[in-house]
Amino acid sequence: MTPVHINSNKMLVDKSLRQLGRYTLFLKRAFSAPDKWSIFGKRTIKEISLLGVDSIPLVIIISLFIGAVITIQMKLNTTSPLIPAYSVGLATRDIVLLEFSNSILCLILAGKVGSSIASEIGTMRVTEQIDALDIMGVNSTNYLVLPKIVAFVLFMPVLVIFCIGTSFVGGWLVAAFTDLISVSKYLYGLQALFQEWYVWYGLIKSVVFAFIIASVASFFGYNVKGGALEVGKASTNAVVSSSILILLFDVVLTKLLLQ
Amino acid sequence: MIEVKNITKSFGDKTILHDVSAKFYSGKTNLIIGQSGSGKTVLMKSIVGLVRPEQGEVLYDGRDFLKMTDAQIKSLRQEIGMLFQGSALFDSETVLGNVMFPLVMFSKMTRPEMLDRARFCLERVNLTGAEKKYPSEISGGMQKRVAIARAIALNPRYLFCDEPNSGLDPKTSILIDELLHDITHEYNITTIINTHDMNSVLGIGENIVFINKGHREWVGDKQRIFTTANEALNDFVFATRLFQEVKDYIIANGQTSAPEKQS
Repeated sequence: MTPVHINSNKMLVDKSLRQLGRYTLFLKRAFSAPDKWSIFGKRTIKEISLLGVDSIPLVIIISLFIGAVITIQMKLNTTSPLIPAYSVGLATRDIVLLEFSNSILCLILAGKVGSSIASEIGTMRVTEQIDALDIMGVNSTNYLVLPKIVAFVLFMPVLVIFCIGTSFVGGWLVAAFTDLISVSKYLYGLQALFQEWYVWYGLIKSVVFAFIIASVASFFGYNVKGGALEVGKASTNAVVSSSILILLFDVVLTKLLLQ
Repeated sequence: MIEVKNITKSFGDKTILHDVSAKFYSGKTNLIIGQSGSGKTVLMKSIVGLVRPEQGEVLYDGRDFLKMTDAQIKSLRQEIGMLFQGSALFDSETVLGNVMFPLVMFSKMTRPEMLDRARFCLERVNLTGAEKKYPSEISGGMQKRVAIARAIALNPRYLFCDEPNSGLDPKTSILIDELLHDITHEYNITTIINTHDMNSVLGIGENIVFINKGHREWVGDKQRIFTTANEALNDFVFATRLFQEVKDYIIANGQTSAPEKQS
């Protein structure tokens, strides 16, 4: 490597470490005791509605179609007579439980929820609303960010369960309305060789990913400097960064939880 | 009273404030004036603690803000009201919700008491009937008045206003100025207004601090400003022909205090 390359790598590492330090301090401020617990409770319920309940339609639509597509593809790719027909249901179930209902769903939600959080907090920053909170003596990080993180982490398992359920319904619709696989074999496959741990594994991953989405998006939104253009950039950066972190933690958690 | 002593603040290599000292009196409308980029906003932000100066003291009735603990700062902040340039109202709250916000966060009032107080503040700024509207549904002037109502909700001892007239028509600007002036006298608040609106300077300037290129160049009031010998201040205040004519008229009719000696 040339000295120029070494220098730019050093700068990149230096920048990343600084950003990590700022993110840690940001979380420290966010995770302090709220000024008023009653207000924290109300804000958390409001955020559950905004970030969680409002995401249910998207989750249902995506899960329904992806569940159907997985089922069709499993059938079309397992043509060997040695593979039992019910394996389509089994494979669909395991793909949904192990990867789709948590990692892929969270990558999709990073786009919807992450950009929404970053742009909301970013707009508050550039319109001085966060300064107004600070001037009043409110811990703005705690007031704005903690309810979002808590709400999204608490509601994510609900979204995952919705996702699992509707994906299975998508597969069932394929079985019921096409001649690819019989409904009975599909349903048998869904139940065959079931491992309960896979559900817990998916839920644990989703909670970690929910934390990443809410906290990273809040961090980028909170630290916006400038105007509307920077809010848009922060929103994009929040989605990109949280997506990369989700993929990274997916590998780490899979290694830790499934091996 | 608020006193700043020897405030210096830099951003990177650029020094924005050079050893600035000034006094801001209670029961008076104290104005910080200066051209864009002169450092007046940084001075105000240093006073309220949004930026931390490298050196100097900020004394709130003798209490040094820069040496306070977090708990002391939090307590002091509840004595501070601030009106931001863009009003900084919370978009998700109604007008009433915005005014009630500091009461909900920091007062021990019951809900009916909070409602009474919020309605009183809205009445004080002539905004009755707009309680249920959202900030996006009201005009810029009304937003400023809501922001003033929110700022005075907790009976602050100190009121800060950053460019309160920016983006407003002259008539609404005068209304806002008069409101700030009246509230300051009514509640004996130490009010600091950051402005480059000459109507405000000549209308409500009871104690004026002129900042030029990060230095405190001049201190006086709206009468003394007509006879100032400070060249930079003259260039700034009487830049337009209209204000120059006003100055000439007032001096010709002897409506000012004694001429200032060149310093």
